[in-house]
Amino acid sequence: MYRFLWRRLPGGTALRLSVVLLLTGVAMAALWYVVFPWLAPRVPLG
Amino acid sequence: MRAVTRVIAELCLPVGLILLLFYAYLLWGTGAETEREQQVLQHRLGEVFDRHDRHAAPGEVRLGDALAMLRIPRLGPGYRFAVVEGVGPAELRKGPGHYPGTALPGQPGNFVLSGHRTTYAAPFNRIDELRRGDEIVVDARDARYTYEVTRKDVVDPGDIGVIDPVPGHPGRRPSTALMTMTTCHPEFSAAQRLVVQGVLVRREERHG
Repeated sequence: MYRFLWRRLPGGTALRLSVVLLLTGVAMAALWYVVFPWLAPRVPLG
Repeated sequence: MRAVTRVIAELCLPVGLILLLFYAYLLWGTGAETEREQQVLQHRLGEVFDRHDRHAAPGEVRLGDALAMLRIPRLGPGYRFAVVEGVGPAELRKGPGHYPGTALPGQPGNFVLSGHRTTYAAPFNRIDELRRGDEIVVDARDARYTYEVTRKDVVDPGDIGVIDPVPGHPGRRPSTALMTMTTCHPEFSAAQRLVVQGVLVRREERHG
């Protein structure tokens, strides 16, 4: 799966790596600032 | 079938990483959020203490606003939390909350606080360390109230008798000023409630 996604990315290795890092960062920021704050109160951890 | 299994196996990696990230958020991310809120609340509370409206009716405190400052010497000199009015999820994100409708600091009845045990800066994480006779100091607008721990117990979440004006005696008219702190028990679980109760032993007028 990861190999398939890697091949679908545009450009050479450097550009692909940059795109991967950018997308990962965006996904992590969305999780940290949007998804997790919404989800946390619903987790019965106390 | 083999390809599907492989994709599922490969998806386990990001899912595991997301779960780890979520765990980190619960432990540290929520704490950072509460600490930011506490800075603002404690600053506002300091302003209220400095002004001469200390005799403003405590009932004027709105949900989510700071009601009093809580200190517990047994838990260290740096232990101080602004107590907010209300115990809903939004209020408890800011710090320990006061059950609306229960007694206010120093009043006869039961001054009931609830706080998180493991998340959102975990204000009540260590209240299980309190022993009989330990002091709980509540700085309210009008005075400083010192309570002494009298009882520590673990109850079921449905046992709401602990927040009665006279705990365990619903409807009885209170004659003494008590306080009750409740939090989840054990850590990382909401299966039970840890309850620490105290009785008012001292009231000191604040001057200046």
